[in-house]
Amino acid sequence: MTIAKVPRETLANALGADRIATELAKEGHEVIRTGSLGLCWAEPLVEIDGIAYGPVSDLAHLEAARIGPTGEIPALTRQHRLVFDRCGRVDPFEYDPAPIRAHLERAPADILAEIEASGLRGRGGAGFPAHIKWRTVHDTPSDRKYVVVNADEGDSGTFADRLIMEGDPFRLIEGMLIAGRAIGADTGVVYLRSEYPLAAEVFSEAIAAARGMGLLETFDIELFIGAGAYICGEETSLLESLEGKRGEIRAKPPVPAIAGLFGRPTLVHNVITLCAVPAILEHGGAAYAELGVGRSTGTMTFQLAGNVERGGLIELPFGVALRELIEDWGGGTRTGRDVGAVQVGGPLGAYLSGAQLDTPMTYEALAAIGAGVGHGGIVVFDDTVDLVQQAHFAFAFCAHESCGKCTPCRIGAVRGKETVEALIASERPEVELAIIADLCDVMEQASLCQMGGMTPIPVRSALGLPQGGD
Amino acid sequence: MDQAVSAREIAERHTGRIGGPITALREIAAEFGYIERAHMEGVADAFNLTLAEVRGIVGFYSDLNTEPRGRTHIRICQAEACQSVGARELTAAAVARFGAGLGETAADGSVSLEAVYCLGLCTTGPAATVNDRIIVRATAEALAS
Repeated sequence: MTIAKVPRETLANALGADRIATELAKEGHEVIRTGSLGLCWAEPLVEIDGIAYGPVSDLAHLEAARIGPTGEIPALTRQHRLVFDRCGRVDPFEYDPAPIRAHLERAPADILAEIEASGLRGRGGAGFPAHIKWRTVHDTPSDRKYVVVNADEGDSGTFADRLIMEGDPFRLIEGMLIAGRAIGADTGVVYLRSEYPLAAEVFSEAIAAARGMGLLETFDIELFIGAGAYICGEETSLLESLEGKRGEIRAKPPVPAIAGLFGRPTLVHNVITLCAVPAILEHGGAAYAELGVGRSTGTMTFQLAGNVERGGLIELPFGVALRELIEDWGGGTRTGRDVGAVQVGGPLGAYLSGAQLDTPMTYEALAAIGAGVGHGGIVVFDDTVDLVQQAHFAFAFCAHESCGKCTPCRIGAVRGKETVEALIASERPEVELAIIADLCDVMEQASLCQMGGMTPIPVRSALGLPQGGD
Repeated sequence: MDQAVSAREIAERHTGRIGGPITALREIAAEFGYIERAHMEGVADAFNLTLAEVRGIVGFYSDLNTEPRGRTHIRICQAEACQSVGARELTAAAVARFGAGLGETAADGSVSLEAVYCLGLCTTGPAATVNDRIIVRATAEALAS
């Protein structure tokens, strides 16, 4: 009897993993459904007695898809996996709760000190120091406090939240439990987008299993499924949505850490931020802070996507150069052409040119060129990319997804889209470019949230306009 | 059964729950295929909201459709990672093939097309769904099969 590991993960399933698992079981293998290892280019990636094969289209051609021993695949061994250390290697439901029980014995002040020492910053996009949020919620008196997880992973080019929730859902539960213990919350809510039905299924099973193990007795977790709105990834819009309303953003202050869900102090974090927490307690905040560069501490779950030969999830300490990710890890473009542009950090992220690929992936280095890490998504385009079309899309997307609460975003996005259309037909493009530059300044400075406030970033970078504020 | 009554029954399962009205409306859309005025009245009643508030919620979220969909409902990702590998061309081919634009249903009711912004399958685009079956590296032929 041999052990065969087959991912139970959306992409692998779309490419036949369920069928392959059934066939392997029929052949007499003991089949374990794991998560994905994140080597998306090799899905469905099947491991039989420690040897990885992928992509496996059918078992008759297994040998042709041989990669080698899983423990020796450079694309895995060269990673530094803290968040994704278990994902893809094990059946997530063969779970040992002893380590989390030990973490939950620790005093809140002790946990808060570790988070501060780690230098952990939000992985959802803003990069705000986690410990400040934790301490604010902790220090704000209230009859009730919440931990809210933002799993509304809407940025194109990102799938880390989905992979971890499908492949290691207990990692997120652990992060939520530790956060709840540290800040004094008794309720956790996960806001998951409706585009991720398998993540919902697996995470629901994990909540039930955790409850069965007695892990949710003083802190319970509820899963809420969104209804299709990119803006609900903005934390105040997400809170409105959890209250059952239109996802219109709230003006800040007050920040959610002081008045969040139902007006109570609420710790809102992205999935990956909380999933880093168990590793921080395991290895110690100081050890975590030694990874990375400067104030960009720890590991980042980069997601390489778009027109790339070997796309997938790459967890590395901050500081790796964009070029290394795209060329060494990704093998260049899928079409084999030169890289034309790279959008880093989702639809509100900058389009970087080939000349900017040596930028190290840190919060600071990207900010210095008017870009951002965002949620770690890297979307590669080849040299056929039409950047004016991409600027048009940035405005069109903002117009489609704007919650409508503030004028610069609601009206500005529509006018921006029309002006790019005029630019395409224009004989004097400098006229339209000046209007767009002006409009971008207004949106950036006067929008209530980052939807309108950051749409100028992809627009300006795509059109070669200087980023504002300097 | 009276539509408002059925909608109210679904809604009452979610009163007092986080995001209750949205979950109720999602279930109603799944149960009846789309949301109509009588359903919204049932939800308004159950949650003690005005019809205008419920309409506001329905209008905000793209999953809460108020028109029937085609027998085959196809969603094609329009976001950047899929654009970089031909989502625009795929969309144009699908529109020509199925006789419906994005957000439209073909005249014979066979197929409806919808834009979706990211399915989290960004390494293997263009991504699409056909009645919730996921298609990666999609072509118009694959969407038709």
